[in-house]
Amino acid sequence: MRTFLIRRLLAAIPLLIAVTFITNAMLVLSPGNYLDTIKLNPNISPDYIAHLERLYHLDSDNVFERYWYWFWPALRGDFGYSFLYNQPVWEMIGERVANTLLLTGSALLFSWGLAIPLGVMAGVYRNRWIDKLCSFISFFGLSIPSVFFSLLMILFAAKTGWFPVGGIHNQAIWDLMTPWEKFTDSLHHLVLPTIVLGTIGMAQYMRQMRSEMIETLSQDYIRTARAKGLSRGRVVFRHALLNAINPLVTLFGFSLAYLLAGALITEFVFGWPGLGTTVYEALRDEDEPVVMAAVTMLVLMLVIGNLIADLLLAIIDPRIRLE
Amino acid sequence: MTERLTRDKETNAPDAIGRAAGEERNLDERNLSVAPDLPAVTGDEGAAAGPQNRGRSPSRIIWLKLRRNRTAMFGLYTLIVLYGAAILAGFLSPYSYSTLTTDAPFHPPMLTTLRLFDEQGRLSRPFVYGITAEDVQLKTYSEDLTRKYPIKFFVRGDEYHILWLIRSDIHLFGVDRPGRIFLFGSDLQGRDIFSRVLYGAQVSLSIGIIGIIISTVIGMLVGGAAGYFGGAIDFLLMRSVEVLLALPSLYFILIMRQMFGQGLSSTQVYLIIVIVLAFIGWATQARVIRGMVLSIKEHEYVIAAHALGYTSFRIIVRHVLPNTLSFVIVTATLSVPFYILGEVALSFLGAGIQEPEASWGNMLIAANTSRYLSDFPWVLTPGFFIFIAVMAWNFLGDGLRDAADPRTLG
Repeated sequence: MRTFLIRRLLAAIPLLIAVTFITNAMLVLSPGNYLDTIKLNPNISPDYIAHLERLYHLDSDNVFERYWYWFWPALRGDFGYSFLYNQPVWEMIGERVANTLLLTGSALLFSWGLAIPLGVMAGVYRNRWIDKLCSFISFFGLSIPSVFFSLLMILFAAKTGWFPVGGIHNQAIWDLMTPWEKFTDSLHHLVLPTIVLGTIGMAQYMRQMRSEMIETLSQDYIRTARAKGLSRGRVVFRHALLNAINPLVTLFGFSLAYLLAGALITEFVFGWPGLGTTVYEALRDEDEPVVMAAVTMLVLMLVIGNLIADLLLAIIDPRIRLE
Repeated sequence: MTERLTRDKETNAPDAIGRAAGEERNLDERNLSVAPDLPAVTGDEGAAAGPQNRGRSPSRIIWLKLRRNRTAMFGLYTLIVLYGAAILAGFLSPYSYSTLTTDAPFHPPMLTTLRLFDEQGRLSRPFVYGITAEDVQLKTYSEDLTRKYPIKFFVRGDEYHILWLIRSDIHLFGVDRPGRIFLFGSDLQGRDIFSRVLYGAQVSLSIGIIGIIISTVIGMLVGGAAGYFGGAIDFLLMRSVEVLLALPSLYFILIMRQMFGQGLSSTQVYLIIVIVLAFIGWATQARVIRGMVLSIKEHEYVIAAHALGYTSFRIIVRHVLPNTLSFVIVTATLSVPFYILGEVALSFLGAGIQEPEASWGNMLIAANTSRYLSDFPWVLTPGFFIFIAVMAWNFLGDGLRDAADPRTLG
């Protein structure tokens, strides 16, 4: 187990380096930089601008050199200063990471919490109304673009007034709230983005769960279990479900990747201050250190997600040994 | 009493489940091609695998099976209609995508106010009333009952091109000026959303096709080379595929788009979007094709081709890759939505097709202002079309996957 963990983490290092290098290279190669807007200001002397250029190493267009200037401090946990907000990137991005994790985490719970029971029911009651309903939901979820779905949800919130039309909490009275009120207010804001982000993944896992369930239910050992006179619940949950769920656990790691990548649009539309909106704004303002730190965090989270999936699989399936 | 009840339950329950599972098995034996997750398939597929298929080409068998799949055919017909409408956008739309009506911003859809009966209640040719702005601030309108504009067919209007070849100014329908017809309403500048949806389809739908062709070609060549040569080439190519697959795609697309800078013409932006999306998209295909090539290259005919002294390129392209074709077509069909949604996302975030050009993505930008969205919900119309297009591609792709299942090729 330990050797497995160490090996996997070591294997993630070249991946992290490759991804950050490519990102950095593309940022270096993109025309213009943050200082362009400052240069337009006649009150700032050219000497100071040249000083800033040297300070941020913006004077060089060599991608390897620039990467090194980013990489070496980053290795020691120093992600630099945000150009725009003039504060350490780390302070800025920490809260954003937490917000994104909150949203993806609740979407993950939503999608898996619905996908597994619905998929099992659709598989057991194949071709009945519940199965038809599930197949409708899955086609809907697979096909609806998250832009459109988010906007529909906002329209729904605006028309009914049942949910807030965006944001992470009620900014105006946030400081006056008791902890309990803060909690319910956050949950209230979380509902719609969770539904949007969760539905798309849910459709996919539900289909997978259903087909795995159908295949497992036709196995010989299920017939044996039935012949032994086991109760229906025991056959379905103990014998079929545990075997059918294995392939889905591998999907789990991908689902985190999918959610993190898909969260950008949802965050953007709902005004959710997460990594997605951060990257979007930082790209617009050419705030390179922020983009780099955000991308690093994203890839790290993906690697950890895949690792968790492997560990889960080993826990559920005793045939798998992690050595 | 309770004991008896539970016993009853226990004896009955396995029976019920037994029947259910038994049905599954029968179904699966008789009906191998029906993927378990597509209940809508009907008809006896087993027959397609039978002896009468001898002498039929695999693609013909696939087509025959596809034709029996109602959802897949529904998807196919929908796509034909959508793509046909996109090609004929200029002719079908009453206005050009950039025709402004400054005095009618956010006019509600007229689809519901089309009149078939005149004041006396007699059936007449469809007509609309003139528009009077009631409140310029709130953008409320009323119908001017004194002005009637019958809908005319094959009227002259804005000039347009069809496929860069045919130039014309004849539109399928329209009303005489100063009357206006906004079937799906109008946007902030008073442009006709119906016309813009049709023009936007040209961009949004064609990016799907072009993107998938480029990334499939790259994916086949890279996957073929990696699988065929093995060794260092395989290692190198597959590691880069893994890096691409590890990237959070939409973020990466945005960063890559940044590299090309701002202030480009719409044709350039279109090309950039295709390149960026294809750059991300080929990785999945390359990985699976590599796996198929690994097993195909062991076949005798590949060794024979090698013995004949053919070049590696020729063997890969002419002998190995054609065997992956049915798989490639299925994955390609299922990945078209990625490109359509990619363009929509990019344009929606302001990094794609720019105004006044229309795309389904940039038309939705108006809906991101919550006041516009709640007061003028018809700005969401393009989203509905994205949904339909993506669903149609999914239907078709699912049907193709079931039809191309090699277990039933006979």
